[in-house]
Amino acid sequence: MADTQRPLSPHLQVYRWQVQMVSSILHRATGIALAVGSLLVVAGLLHLAAGEESFNHFKGVIGSPLGMVLLFGWSWALFYHLCNGIRHLLQDAGLGYAIPQFVRSSWLSVVVSIVLTLLVWACVMTTGGAA
Amino acid sequence: MSGNNASVKDLRNPLKRARGLGSAQSGVGHWWTQRVTAAALVLLGAWFVVTVLCLMHTDYDGARAIVAKPWNALLLIAFVLTMFWHAVLGLQVVIEDYVHTRWKEVVLLVAIKFLAVLGALASVLAVLRIALTP
Repeated sequence: MADTQRPLSPHLQVYRWQVQMVSSILHRATGIALAVGSLLVVAGLLHLAAGEESFNHFKGVIGSPLGMVLLFGWSWALFYHLCNGIRHLLQDAGLGYAIPQFVRSSWLSVVVSIVLTLLVWACVMTTGGAA
Repeated sequence: MSGNNASVKDLRNPLKRARGLGSAQSGVGHWWTQRVTAAALVLLGAWFVVTVLCLMHTDYDGARAIVAKPWNALLLIAFVLTMFWHAVLGLQVVIEDYVHTRWKEVVLLVAIKFLAVLGALASVLAVLRIALTP
């Protein structure tokens, strides 16, 4: 923490939870998760380049129960960061700042990200493609 | 030392000074680049998800063939570079916000840049190996 002994401004614990705040915190949290997940993309490409045995080993690891749980989490993080990122870009353009719109778009990010995640996994499960 | 005296000698107009250098010494460059990479990632990210779904249907040879297609190789390299660039910009803000000990902050800021460059170069090399190996 800070080297100085100055008083700190009140943080999360003093505020009533509301969706605008959740969507903002989630944006940062999913961003950090995706930065870690980017290593998975690198690993996948390196294993694909390294040969068949190496790639099958990689598929085995991400196809394991733990791998699937992580993949599911990362896929939601990606869709949430994507949806809420588009929302932030629109806000940067000056749109959607009235409080009702702001609350509605927060919910929209959360709901659409969940719907997209479920759609993608329904697609994976029904086509039986997963590892 | 560089207080009032400097502002008298500095003949640039205030706008000129404000443009190049803010307290972060880089003006709005960080903010703007973060938005431009974000806009690119909206498109590249959607393409990436569809491509990964296609990869899931295939075996090793099929996966290599998909990645080796010129457009796919090109977009994959663009995606990886943009992703790491955007990730560094985002993580930088997080570190600046939460790490208050200066030396730890600087070490982390440099470390994420090193890691991102390594990750990006490794990915590009892997895609090129796949795309250029007959």
